Amino acid sequence: MILTKKSMTTHQLQPDTWVDLYADYLFNYAMARVSDAEIAKDLVQETFFAGLKSAKNYKGTAAERTWLIAILKRKVIDYYRKINSKKGKAEVRINYNSNSDSDGDWLEEQVADPFSLKENDAVENRELGLAIQECISKLPKKQSRVFTMKTIQGISTEDICKELGINPSNLWVMVHRARTALMGCLNENWFRV
Amino acid sequence: MISCEQAAIICNKSQYHEASFLEKIKFRIHLFVCKACAGFTKKNTQLTALCEKAQLQQLSEEDKRLMKKELENKF
Repeated sequence: MILTKKSMTTHQLQPDTWVDLYADYLFNYAMARVSDAEIAKDLVQETFFAGLKSAKNYKGTAAERTWLIAILKRKVIDYYRKINSKKGKAEVRINYNSNSDSDGDWLEEQVADPFSLKENDAVENRELGLAIQECISKLPKKQSRVFTMKTIQGISTEDICKELGINPSNLWVMVHRARTALMGCLNENWFRV
Repeated sequence: MISCEQAAIICNKSQYHEASFLEKIKFRIHLFVCKACAGFTKKNTQLTALCEKAQLQQLSEEDKRLMKKELENKF
């Protein structure tokens, strides 16, 4: 594979590392937007394909991940365009309040959305998820593997030890290093923004 | 009295509800006298809460393996 390299730029594409480095990050990004694991997975795969196809257009000014996220964004937009054109139009839901016991001002009720706080929470949680994922991706491979198996997939200590061929004290030391690194990373990237 | 290293390991085990009763007692006593470990515990518990709140998603190893294979076919 021939990749363009300019002396001025520092970034370079390494497609053979994409899945290991960015798949989970991109997957979380897609999940926050399409909320369907299968579709999100397909979008990530398509993003990698598209990235490979247009690798020659990569100028190296943006980091690899930023560049891939930009492609994924397009894929998400394309996805919504496609399902909307299938239906013929975008789905619009308006919930007219038909409850007879709510005789207040109609407009006021529409404005004072009791779920708006929850919505904000959801947005914040998505961003938090990406921040954590980014920090996990910076961990040494074995630590991130142990941490994600334990924390995200919830696999038992015994099963992880069996699969990775380590003993429980190795596991807890790795968990400890991973968690300490994550605390530091989140302290910089999440709490101080 | 347990060391700070041992206390940290128990603290991590507690995050996954895997510390034994005896470990928890030793840990509590240690926290009582060690301010540094108390600080660490607070942060560690916060990390657990953040991870739960974020509802992290992940692709399975099998999914990633397939993804890699598909991608390599296009090289």
